[in-house]
Amino acid sequence: MNLAAFIATKLGKALGVLLGVVVINFFLIRLAPGDPAQVLAGESGAGDAQYVENLRRQFGLDQPLPTQLALYLKGAVQLDLGYSYRNHVPVLDLILERLPATLLLMAAAFVLSISLGVALGALAARTRYRNRHRWLDSVVMSSAMLLYATPLFWLSLLSIIVFSVLLGWFPAFGMETVTAGHTGWARVADIGAHLVLPAGSLAAFFMAVYARLTRASMLEVMGMDFVRTARAKGVTAGRVLRVHVLRNALMPVVTFAGVQLGQLAGGAILTETVFGWPGIGRLMFDALMQRDYQLLLGVFLVTSAMVVGFNFVADLVYRLLGAGAASAGTRGTS
Amino acid sequence: MRNGGAVAGLALFAVVAALALAAPLLYAHSPWMMVGKPMLLPFADAKFVMGTDMLGRDVMAGLVHGARVSLLVGLVSTAAALTAGVVIGAVAGYAGGWLDDALMAFTEFFQTIPQLVMAVLVVAILSPTLPSIIGAIALVSWPPVARLVRGEFIALREREFVQAAVVIGQRPWRIIVSQILPNAMSPIIVMGSFMVATAILTEAALSFLGLGDRNYMSWGFMIGAARGVIRQSWWLSIGPGVAILLTVLAINLIGEGLNDALNPHLRQRGE
Repeated sequence: MNLAAFIATKLGKALGVLLGVVVINFFLIRLAPGDPAQVLAGESGAGDAQYVENLRRQFGLDQPLPTQLALYLKGAVQLDLGYSYRNHVPVLDLILERLPATLLLMAAAFVLSISLGVALGALAARTRYRNRHRWLDSVVMSSAMLLYATPLFWLSLLSIIVFSVLLGWFPAFGMETVTAGHTGWARVADIGAHLVLPAGSLAAFFMAVYARLTRASMLEVMGMDFVRTARAKGVTAGRVLRVHVLRNALMPVVTFAGVQLGQLAGGAILTETVFGWPGIGRLMFDALMQRDYQLLLGVFLVTSAMVVGFNFVADLVYRLLGAGAASAGTRGTS
Repeated sequence: MRNGGAVAGLALFAVVAALALAAPLLYAHSPWMMVGKPMLLPFADAKFVMGTDMLGRDVMAGLVHGARVSLLVGLVSTAAALTAGVVIGAVAGYAGGWLDDALMAFTEFFQTIPQLVMAVLVVAILSPTLPSIIGAIALVSWPPVARLVRGEFIALREREFVQAAVVIGQRPWRIIVSQILPNAMSPIIVMGSFMVATAILTEAALSFLGLGDRNYMSWGFMIGAARGVIRQSWWLSIGPGVAILLTVLAINLIGEGLNDALNPHLRQRGE
């Protein structure tokens, strides 16, 4: 398949997923006990008959179900995610305003988790390959096992207790010190300091996942014939590990990282809630508290779109990485 | 060494399960009841080993009762997810063709969307009750099972014993249930054990976000409630957090042990 066809297929798939999410949203509202208009209005519209009446007209609730679905889809295609009665702002505006904060948090956590995870996994695999310092392997694997079992929101709270309350190293709440009125680099540094704890907590779980995966994948590649051949030809152990083993072992890690992005988005909700990070996750938590269902449905659609977009990029990277490795003549994309 | 981990996990899990089962005997009063002075430190009063929270509720009673919810939700939602995943994966893998394509597209869809966001949405809209929580967790955790089962079925359906069953005229459902499925059980059991751990974490996250069933005390709720007083009494969030950590760790250790025992050909890789 050439690159254009590949991109077209993946884009079609991505749009299909988004369509599916819109349909799910549509049926979820109707699964809720009571009249969909009342459900959407939530507590906010309880006393406002006019608002409920508007919603009813907007969704065509007096029409048959397929017409209602068509109306709803039409709205979604026009990027009309409804109106947040609580905040007196269209849902899409609310979400877009919060999007950069979430993207920053997710990007930082992703980079941190994959670089540290791969490094630790490779370190653990290396101690086994050289059969030296095997205790390091045990330490890395046991820590990964512990982190893997730790609830993310609890780890976030612990990091606040330790690094903010007890040690006072990093701020625990928000994204910047608004009252300080920093500008330029001072502001960047301020946001960076606020980012440390949320990104670190969110990254910890995924770091454990990637470390385990990298190690397992490297151990598998180490057993392959071409590695033994390289070693027999006189390539140094360090070079075999870096060039032959790690490079081939990385592909499953990249694939898996793509699959895990949905989880990273879910984790961002919890992290943002704990740290008061002003992103989509925090917005979703507020929407939960206020029973603002329009906003909740919108958050679901936008986070799905985000994940689908990331997956698309991951697919592309995987394809390019795969092509690179195949031309290097080591191992294909099997 | 490996077996040691599994045995330790099993022992730990047995303790948690025993506490969960014995909860009504150990703490007959509701864990929601105010029984003492608020904010007692752990061990400050012999009656409350883990202290009391901001409303004077016994933290230890909450921990023991919370174990019931965690285990119940973990086990039931995993059973539901396994059932759905096995049925969908088996049909896709055995039937092949367009049905396979359609079912796998459906599976991939549910695997792509952000699971926790969807679980939050479902529980919020259906209102937080034990059945809606269990249903939401099952809804977001079946896809990996379906993919696994499909793979196993594709590998097994060409084997001779299945061909023999076809030749002697067994019906497809009988072949699926009595020939192929028993041979695909090992990886399903291993995956199921890890899913219980994940489900417990998801339940904790939901109740932390305020989406727990308010009729039952849960660990996630306790951590969420303790969050408000984290600067004054940080120890309140330690107990339930450690409880979740140990339970999930125990189940993961059991899962690794099962993996070693049931998938011996993978052993050298995971070691």
